[in-house]
Amino acid sequence: MSYQTPVSDADLHAYVDGQLAADRCRQVEDYLREHPEAADKVAKYQQINAGLDELYSPMLDEPLPPQLHVKARHSARLLRVATVAAWMMLGGVIGWQLNSSEVEMRVAEQPMQKHLIQPATFAHSVYTSEVRHPVEVSGTEEQHLVSWLSKRLHTTIKAPNLSTQGYALMGGRLLPSTNRMAAQFMYERPDGLRVTLYIRQGKWDSDATAFRFAKQDSTGVFYWIDGPLAYALVAELSRNELLALSEAIYPQLIK
Amino acid sequence: MINQRERIIEHIPRLRRYAHALLKNDTLAADDLVQDCLERALSRLHYWRLGSDMRAWLFTIMHNIYVNQVQRRSNGPQFVELPANDAGIVDSAQAERNVELRDLHRGMAALSPDQREIIILVSLEGLRYQEVATILGIPEGTVMSRLSRARKQLRALLNRDNSPTLRRVK
Repeated sequence: MSYQTPVSDADLHAYVDGQLAADRCRQVEDYLREHPEAADKVAKYQQINAGLDELYSPMLDEPLPPQLHVKARHSARLLRVATVAAWMMLGGVIGWQLNSSEVEMRVAEQPMQKHLIQPATFAHSVYTSEVRHPVEVSGTEEQHLVSWLSKRLHTTIKAPNLSTQGYALMGGRLLPSTNRMAAQFMYERPDGLRVTLYIRQGKWDSDATAFRFAKQDSTGVFYWIDGPLAYALVAELSRNELLALSEAIYPQLIK
Repeated sequence: MINQRERIIEHIPRLRRYAHALLKNDTLAADDLVQDCLERALSRLHYWRLGSDMRAWLFTIMHNIYVNQVQRRSNGPQFVELPANDAGIVDSAQAERNVELRDLHRGMAALSPDQREIIILVSLEGLRYQEVATILGIPEGTVMSRLSRARKQLRALLNRDNSPTLRRVK
């Protein structure tokens, strides 16, 4: 039999993938009947397609992980904006950048409890109790510390100055946090009380742009989100004492 | 607008499948990639032309993110998770099938990312070669040659099964 155009390897692929026009398809089928080697190739290609489907398609029916849930539009947006506005007045903060369209479009993000509060309080309890090695890089090398952490977290990190509040920067460290990086700064009061500021990258729920407070046993946590970074201020302090510190910290970070 | 968001949501399972196959089942990295893709798509929804193929648009975004981010930071060790379907093998036909699938899975991991992308878009997504070329930003001829090379490599694994050889036990 003669073929108008010789059957090429590309034809065989297109045949397997159902991308040939009907008449060309018939020609290829004729060709395959007479060429067992080509027919075997085609059978193998089909086997590969079926195998890939069996390998990868079951996940189409899997429930989506929480961070991939695209949220319905927020109805509580006004409330949130009001909360943020209230906070701005409270802290005397000007220039809060809230890109509303971005906020609305955000994808549902990692739960704060698991990715921020828990690791922050745990890191706090682990390292504030250290006598000899509370920090990885000392506060005497502040500039190096900050630029190193900024480099590792791929964004500009700042170590707020809390000397007015009576706290000295002891230093900080880099921490792994599930699949992201986090940084911890540690401060100390003359009476030995230690405060840590935990900073973690992530895709955060923008609902939480306001300041929030959580308490675990005697440890208080103030946390908030600013763009790709989430902050948690952790100390054995009362809510009001922590709020006062947060108010001192926040304006320094957005400068 | 709401309609468009819902259309994106419909495609999420496919985006995941693509990301997982592309990143050799590294679940964390794959879901991160999907999340980045969704975020970018949602924030640029106004760029999407009504009436054009949303799936192709989403795959284009994902491909670009992959090329820009994932490949750049993939210097470190990479995970290859094997599909967990070994347990409870009863009949030998299924056992044989599982071996075949595992070989195929390894074969996929051994392909270059370029080849993997094309195999996924063609075989799993059933996209036309021209569409694949547009998504990946390469000529259709390149799609064909990479597809051909990829299948040749995978086919070699299947052929090997027909002539079993003794494996040295280490």
